[in-house]
Amino acid sequence: SNVFMYYGLSNFYQNHRRYVKSRDDSQLNGDNSSLLNPSKECEPYRTNEDKPIAPCGAIANSMFNDTLELYRIDNNTKTPITLIKKGIAWWTDKNVKFRNPTGDGNNLTALFQGTTKPVNWPKPVYMLDLEPDNNGFINEDFIVWMRTAALPTFRKLYRLIERKNNLQPTLQAGKYSLDIAYNYPVHSFDGRKRMILSTISWMGGKNPFLGIAYITVGSICFFLGVVLLIIHHKYGNRNTSADIPN
Amino acid sequence: MSLFGLKFGKKKLKEEERQLQANNRDFNLQFEYANNTIKTSKYNFFTFLPLNLFEQFQRIANAYFLFLLILQLIPQISSLAWFTTVVPLVLVLAVSGVKDAIDDFNRHKSDKHVNNRPVQVLINGMLKDEKWMNVQVGDIIKLENNNFVTADLLLLSSSEPHSLTYIETAELDGETNLKVKQALTVTSELGEDLQKLTEFNGEVKCEAPNNKLDKFTGTLTLQGEKYALDNEKMLLRGCTIRNTEWCFGLVIYAGPDTKLMQNSGKTTFKRTSIDRLMNVLVLVIFAFLALMCLILAIGNGIWEYDKGYYFQVYLPWAEGVNSASYSGFLMFWSYVIILNTVVPISLYVSVEIIRLGNSFYIDWDRKMYYPLNDTPAQARTTTLNEELGQIKYIFSDKTGTLTQNIMCFNKCSINGKSYGDVYDMSGQRVEINENTEKVDFSYNQLADPKFAFYDHSLVEAVKLSDVPTHRFFRLLSLCHTVMPEEKKEGNLVYQAQSPDEGALVTAARNFGFVFRARTPETITIVEMGETKIYKLLAILDFNNVRKRMSVIVRSPEGDLTLYCKGADTILYELLNSSCESLKEETTEHLNEFAGEGLRTLVVAYKNLDEDYFQDWIGRHHEASTALEGREDKLSELYEEIEKDLMLLGATAIEDKLQDGVPQTIETLAKANIKIWVLTGDKQETAMNIGYSCNLLNDDMEDVFVIEGSTSDDVLNELRNARKKMKPDSFLDSDEINIQFEKSSKPPKILPDEQANGVYGLVITGHSLAYALEGNLELELVRTACMCKVVICCRVTPLQKAQVVELVKKYKKAVTLAIGDGANDVSMIKTAHIGVGISGQEGMQAVLSSDFSFAQFRYLQRLLLVHGRWSYIRMCKFLKYFFYKNFAFTLVHFWYGFFSGFSAQTVYDEWFITLYNLVYTSLPVLGMSLFDQDVDDRWSMLFPQLYVPGQQNLYFNKVVFVKCMLQGIYSSLILFFIPYGAMYNTMRSDGKAIADYQSFALMAQTCLLIVVSVQIGLDTSYWTVVNQFFIWGSLSVYFAITFTMYSDGMYLIFTASFPFIGTARNTLSQPNVWLAIFLSITLCVLPVVGFRFLKAQLKPTPSDKVLLKIKEAKKRPPPPSPKRRLRRTSTRRSGYAFSHQHGFGALIMSGRNMRPKSPFATTGTFSPNSDKYKHKGL
Repeated sequence: SNVFMYYGLSNFYQNHRRYVKSRDDSQLNGDNSSLLNPSKECEPYRTNEDKPIAPCGAIANSMFNDTLELYRIDNNTKTPITLIKKGIAWWTDKNVKFRNPTGDGNNLTALFQGTTKPVNWPKPVYMLDLEPDNNGFINEDFIVWMRTAALPTFRKLYRLIERKNNLQPTLQAGKYSLDIAYNYPVHSFDGRKRMILSTISWMGGKNPFLGIAYITVGSICFFLGVVLLIIHHKYGNRNTSADIPN
Repeated sequence: MSLFGLKFGKKKLKEEERQLQANNRDFNLQFEYANNTIKTSKYNFFTFLPLNLFEQFQRIANAYFLFLLILQLIPQISSLAWFTTVVPLVLVLAVSGVKDAIDDFNRHKSDKHVNNRPVQVLINGMLKDEKWMNVQVGDIIKLENNNFVTADLLLLSSSEPHSLTYIETAELDGETNLKVKQALTVTSELGEDLQKLTEFNGEVKCEAPNNKLDKFTGTLTLQGEKYALDNEKMLLRGCTIRNTEWCFGLVIYAGPDTKLMQNSGKTTFKRTSIDRLMNVLVLVIFAFLALMCLILAIGNGIWEYDKGYYFQVYLPWAEGVNSASYSGFLMFWSYVIILNTVVPISLYVSVEIIRLGNSFYIDWDRKMYYPLNDTPAQARTTTLNEELGQIKYIFSDKTGTLTQNIMCFNKCSINGKSYGDVYDMSGQRVEINENTEKVDFSYNQLADPKFAFYDHSLVEAVKLSDVPTHRFFRLLSLCHTVMPEEKKEGNLVYQAQSPDEGALVTAARNFGFVFRARTPETITIVEMGETKIYKLLAILDFNNVRKRMSVIVRSPEGDLTLYCKGADTILYELLNSSCESLKEETTEHLNEFAGEGLRTLVVAYKNLDEDYFQDWIGRHHEASTALEGREDKLSELYEEIEKDLMLLGATAIEDKLQDGVPQTIETLAKANIKIWVLTGDKQETAMNIGYSCNLLNDDMEDVFVIEGSTSDDVLNELRNARKKMKPDSFLDSDEINIQFEKSSKPPKILPDEQANGVYGLVITGHSLAYALEGNLELELVRTACMCKVVICCRVTPLQKAQVVELVKKYKKAVTLAIGDGANDVSMIKTAHIGVGISGQEGMQAVLSSDFSFAQFRYLQRLLLVHGRWSYIRMCKFLKYFFYKNFAFTLVHFWYGFFSGFSAQTVYDEWFITLYNLVYTSLPVLGMSLFDQDVDDRWSMLFPQLYVPGQQNLYFNKVVFVKCMLQGIYSSLILFFIPYGAMYNTMRSDGKAIADYQSFALMAQTCLLIVVSVQIGLDTSYWTVVNQFFIWGSLSVYFAITFTMYSDGMYLIFTASFPFIGTARNTLSQPNVWLAIFLSITLCVLPVVGFRFLKAQLKPTPSDKVLLKIKEAKKRPPPPSPKRRLRRTSTRRSGYAFSHQHGFGALIMSGRNMRPKSPFATTGTFSPNSDKYKHKGL
């Protein structure tokens, strides 16, 4: 089956209230007035040099921008593994929640005119990707980042590695090398970065919690059932014969 | 006193003395006395809004939500949208406000009704129709027969001779016998001469308004002469004029100053004990909330210092926040807002709704509807229902509540033969009911059609001219102090001082010995159609010591006879020795009568020797004019002549109880409710009723009678009683005594003490007055509360309230007062719950009551069924409600530890708004409106099921802590199961699921299903509505969730519904559902296990009853219980005359006789003619 490539961050509080709030959904949905006049929730990443930031807010501003590249080392030659960057976001996010601003033509540069890039970003939002259907607000890396994690340790889907044919495993056994363009600093707040390669079962990614929990709870239930049965047999008929006052 | 004094102290200086002049408004106005307007309403049109809001914000909860609202308006703190608080708050305020407005409107209406009653006022020499409210102090008003007395009046003159005026004081003190008031001679001369009345300018000086009904002192100054005024000349507001065509009175106290109003006590807002407990719990929760917020705030401070400071690369601190501690401070308030749902405002709304619903059940209950006078039960206060399930003390009025105040001549024993029972052909006694054939009295034209008697043999005996029978009825028609009234020929109305006497005379009348008229010297009897005039030579009147009365009459034939009736114990001592065998037979009958709860009297006669009598009457005359020791001399003379009597027989009178009273009392007693009867009646009457309605019985170890007339006597009597009931309670080792010693102050709450048997206590009003004073209070409470039954007699309305207050003060128990008259108003208002008997004449009791119905017997249904249900429902509701909100809210607390203590909510904001309002409100309402553990029949059959309510077992602090712990446990499960299931996990297509929105959706879905399952576990009585509400709420949750998270909603309201797509993307995942199922199992498992264990190992008595019922339910239901009461009481004599002396003296003096009685004199002679007047004297 397909192999999924994730990046993971630790000690990164994407669920902090002020962080979660710090976005403007109307702007991300392509609303033109919000584009030029983002919500106050985005402060202090609302405007820069008197120009509205697009996309505004702390979430967008802190977007993960390391690039990961995977190579297979075969006889000292590095063969790049094809990493698919589309199809990593929810369909609803990609098609409903996130939309580029509308206007004359499809030139994103023109549509985003009057806005400025987020402070931390090296390039503006309309230059995230070369493909038009993965650029601007509907860039899937961006969408994935904007779906904030529930917990301070999280992983996010980065790329897909598609299975070529049914005869070979997606990633064959062998040597691989991972090239990382290090852009994203986490050291200052004691954060950690990870890269995870994973396959998926019908229940999703690997997580032993539910299995262990079910086995434990099942055992407890069984044990309790036996104990209660014994108690019922021993003491149970006491109430039927018990006298009732008055 | 002090209670009411306050009210007037505010307005002006306390009045020391009242001074007024008749017919001089200008003079009286300078003192600014209150006029006759009464005002019981609280608001008017303009003051309503501010006053009502002010009152509402005094409630701790409302003030708290106002405070929250203000917090939410501060942007740095606001963690939830402001509308989450405003909408419910406005709703709550509006609902309570409308309710208050309606209540007050009704009060306005009833005030207006009373204030606008018409009365004739003498103004400028003319009688003018005025409204009650315009009557002023110093006015002279005219009242006519059957009028209510308008204000407290000084009686000036009346239509009756000597300006006597008869009044009925039932509204004031509950006594229905007539009382006589007499005007001063100097004012009675005014008559109805308007000219003279207008010129009347007497000045009255009297005491300031007070609430003492039986006391009045003042002076009237008229043309320089001073006359003393006392209570005998006062007509008090609330009385009714009877048998008096008209009378004139001078207004002394008006409106709020009248003794009636002064006695009516203050209307206080009643709260149930659950209310009070809830207030305490809310405070506890606030403390808990503050603690949680403090922990989280400190956590935030540390986090911001340790991590947040460095994380500023991606998330700078908010504007104005420059230190971690300041951030922590702000976060404290943010968390106050988020966690406020532990005390959701909907709690109060829901509580009100539940109470309202349960009140409707009472209103709609057809088993509490009295068809005879079309009176349904009514819950007038809708906020006290659950308290009905916790009653421990019932304070009941007697007259009109336990009894119908109708006396019936029921049985008699004449010359050793008992009459009154009906037997069928086989000699079996037949129970008398409506179908039993009544005796036909048509042979007697003067018979009272209302009189019913069933034993035909007695009529036969009368018709056969059986000598003893005739003598018996002749005695009954002669020996009494009843006044006849015959406005129309043949239409006789008797005015008896006590209803017993009236019943006896009426019985004689129907059997053919019609008492028709009396003059001071004669009594006219129509004996079997033949008019006979007996000369009345002497009345040996009743008093409390003698317990008997006699008359000496001379028959037309010239025989001198003494007729005597009285208590058996007394009369048996006075009998001639020749009656021994008859005495034995009669005793047997008396026992039989008494066993049926009848009030018995023994009647006897004696033929007098002419010479002896002349000698005696001479001495009697001497004694009655003696200046010193008159009473003693007279009673010696009475005793001398009342001996060697010949026994005639006995009468048995039924003080008709209301239907089902003994059964009700028995049932209530089984429910461990203590019943105190507080009555204005005298001791004997009260005790008699006590026996006949099964309050007192001979199974009791003892019935103590407290009648001491000094403080020390009362103390001794109380102590002796207690010594007998619980000797241990005098030991130093006794718990309460230790308490006494420990603290110098008397303890606030006395624990319940257990007596060594079943005891009763009877206390008279006089002794009660001492017992209610300072140090005796405690003695009284300790002794009285050990007794199963307490009867207080001759108590004033205020004393009634004081007794209730006493128990409220020292016992941690819920009290209920039930009564029907104005004299019960204060007690009804004082008790936790006041019940009025409706459908009678007076409505005051009902108007000030919380619940009203027509029959005493409905009380058991009200308490055992409605009260119990309401209590159980309320408890279940509170348990569940606190649980669900703890489980709901505390998840935020745990999340705080994983979100940098940033006041991030776990759930979607919409879910938070709708959780209490929509998703969980209906199922819990459904449960608290319909739930019942057993149905009404079983509740009545097993009154002991009521006991847990009294002990407050279903909801108290311990139970609350349990709910809290369960809530905390559930919240832990509800947070950590989704946490574990989500941690580093992915959807089955590799995409994100560990995002915040999915986590929120998962947690809230878990929560909602868990609380729905929990309510399923708590519901013991499933109705369609319950099913509908629970399944409906769950479906509504999913429907609303999918709608709110849909594309369309997002595209229209982008900013409001950011959760787009979460439902679709998350709820399609199997691991989400596995996690949900796991959380449900884990949340429910301990509850089920614990309940099972408790039922197995430690079943409570009511669990056992429930189990028994469950088994019994498998069999066909038993027929509704028709228990016959077992009566083994000893014989008691009832001579229930009023405490005061009879009318004897009045009759003999002739003062109350009209010059002529139009129909009394059939035959050729006039009773007043000289020929007969002095003969025999």
